[in-house]
Amino acid sequence: MASQEVLREEPSRGSFINDPKVRGYVFQVVVVILLVAGVWWVVDNVIENLQRLHISSGFGYLKSRAGFDISVSAIPYTSDSTYGRAILVGLINTLIVAVAGIITATIIGFIVGIGRLSRNWLIRKICMVYVEIFRNIPPLLVIFFWYSGVLAVLPVVRESIGLPFGSFLNQRGFYLPRAIWGDGSWLIFVALLVGIAMAWFVARTARQRQMATGQQFPVFWTSLALIVGLPVLAYALSGFPLTFDFPKQSTFNLTGGFHIGPEFLSLYLALSCYTASFIAEIVRAGILGVSKGQSEAAGALGLRPGSILRLVVVPQAMRIVIPPLTSQYLNLTKNSSLAIAIAYPDLTATAGTVLNQTGQAVENVLIMMLVYLIISLLTSAVMNVVNARMALVER
Amino acid sequence: MQEHDTAWVRTEMALAQQAPAGVRGPIAWVRKNLVGSVGDVILTVLGIALVVMILPPIINWAFIDAVWTGPDRSVCATIAQGGTQPDGWSGACWAFVNAKFGQFMFGRYPIEERWRPILVAILFVALLVPLLIPRVPRKGLNAILLFLVLPIVAFVLLVGGMFGLPHVETQLWGGLLVTLSLAFVGIAVSLPFGIVLALGRRSKMPIVKMLCVIFIEFVRGIPLITVLFFASVMLPLFLPPGVSFDKFLRALIGFSLFAAAYMAEVVRGGLQAIPKGQYEGADSLGLGYWQKMNLIVLPQALKLVIPGIVNTFIGMLKDTSLVIIISMFDLLGVVKQNFSDPNWATPQTTKSGLIFAAFVFWLLCYGMSRYSMYTERRLDTGHKR
Repeated sequence: MASQEVLREEPSRGSFINDPKVRGYVFQVVVVILLVAGVWWVVDNVIENLQRLHISSGFGYLKSRAGFDISVSAIPYTSDSTYGRAILVGLINTLIVAVAGIITATIIGFIVGIGRLSRNWLIRKICMVYVEIFRNIPPLLVIFFWYSGVLAVLPVVRESIGLPFGSFLNQRGFYLPRAIWGDGSWLIFVALLVGIAMAWFVARTARQRQMATGQQFPVFWTSLALIVGLPVLAYALSGFPLTFDFPKQSTFNLTGGFHIGPEFLSLYLALSCYTASFIAEIVRAGILGVSKGQSEAAGALGLRPGSILRLVVVPQAMRIVIPPLTSQYLNLTKNSSLAIAIAYPDLTATAGTVLNQTGQAVENVLIMMLVYLIISLLTSAVMNVVNARMALVER
Repeated sequence: MQEHDTAWVRTEMALAQQAPAGVRGPIAWVRKNLVGSVGDVILTVLGIALVVMILPPIINWAFIDAVWTGPDRSVCATIAQGGTQPDGWSGACWAFVNAKFGQFMFGRYPIEERWRPILVAILFVALLVPLLIPRVPRKGLNAILLFLVLPIVAFVLLVGGMFGLPHVETQLWGGLLVTLSLAFVGIAVSLPFGIVLALGRRSKMPIVKMLCVIFIEFVRGIPLITVLFFASVMLPLFLPPGVSFDKFLRALIGFSLFAAAYMAEVVRGGLQAIPKGQYEGADSLGLGYWQKMNLIVLPQALKLVIPGIVNTFIGMLKDTSLVIIISMFDLLGVVKQNFSDPNWATPQTTKSGLIFAAFVFWLLCYGMSRYSMYTERRLDTGHKR
């Protein structure tokens, strides 16, 4: 009986100091006070320093004349343009190299990753050597290697290497024929869009029909015919408006055509090769992560090897692959800032030049950080949507 | 009933016979691994073609046609380029690496003081190797010596300015010395800092949690170069006028902050993988927060994420090469700086120097990843499915 009375007693709270809740509040208040004090101190110092160095603050400088040239620009830009436009040019260049790199790295990465699981010993070893070499070397070194080790020792302009389709390769980069869209070529793009929309519709209808009746429909070939056939038809109907401007050899330089500089090429190739080695490992882990029972069960159901891969193994492997793939894409985008080392005018490089010219370190570093942060958040948001569609739907 | 008078029972075991020739030996291996099907044959032929195309030229360039020693650029340049090699010659210029080896290791560290970094390197290896070999006892003392005592000793030795050692400015540091000291300090600082951040992110205190999340996500969302820019351009503005500190130290701060955010995410992965029962078990034993973390949760969590931690270390070692952007010269930076030396400028110098740097980085990173695999196997107590 005595023990029950003890149980009914209020548990002693002990000392006030030992209450974890109170401790938590006190600790957080201390943290906030320290943080506010620290920020106050920093801001105070920054203001004092800026006044002492006679550096103006604020973002007004973005509207003044830049006065420097940018070698690669996707939008019209001259040295008379504003600082803001210079940074925009840099941002666009970053996005171009990031998107191109992501696409190439994914393709190489998937090929190498699948190659590492090949039944063929030689292919397996070649892919392993590729991965082990590129994974363990700094990306900056790979960029330098392409830039000064490979592209800089290509022949001079007069001895350009001729490639198929009238393109040339030399020390100054890669020269491609430029497409010139004549009158009525808008029809081709409209046809392409219509083709994609129709292919999507066909795929949806076919899936619904298969769900309802079990009858299959050759979706792939129909879509291919729609997406390729319609633009070709439009091209013919509008009277073949597409012509090419081929690069021509002149005395000192190649004129005409579409020029890709060695800076872009080396950055793009290096980022693709480097990131591909990581993607290969992710793909390999993803495929190994699908248990063997899955493909055996699919085989027992009578599916053919191609269908097993397409319907059973790949969808499950993608679930494992997509989250780390996202972070590799983000890494590639962030690594594109290494462009500054070889003077490819990406965001970091142009903002760095602006920083040197105006001396407004705080604003420029803030712009750099925020833009990269926004790119990162957007990429993760898109990949999260993809991931949610791929994720296991549990009932 | 029928009698079998000719019954025959075998009394000896039949000797095991060798497997048929078709499934053993090198021929069967080739059949299985190289020419299993039509597709395999095509792949093998393509693979052999690739190897034949790439490997012999590389071996030729790097070993057979290479120049190993020489006083200046003439040994690595063709006659047309003002050297002694026949025209059309192409080979690695290891003579360049040989001549510049001291610089690649120590940068512009004064030659008469180079015994100091060498001594630090010897101490580092002497402390690191026993720590890495599981059988050697006294791991705790060893770790304290390596991570607490060695940095102080190394600081005194490398920077100097006391005990009669002449002061060596960090401006003069360079090469592998910078690479390794940045990476070592980054590793030593980022691991504890990352653990604290990870614990903060999983804390029940909303303000602490929010601050940790903001810090981690912000740093992980931006490239290292911007962090280094921040450290080299903005940090001086944050301090009271007149107070300034060393560029090397600023790079170290930026670098460690960056690494800590990545480390925090790796450690968080480990913390999340520990079942709730472990936390509750620790609570029911009456352990306090730090006791619970130190004795129960972290030992298990860190063991789970060893591969992730080592991957972060490898990433940090590779990232040290970026300090070239804020004009500090690590191994890669010094190699690149020496390309402009007119005594050695030849078309082969660039490639040779870069391949040397790549080889050093590769050796360090590959060694780390191999060691992590070994540790992972050793610590595997079979809990993983």
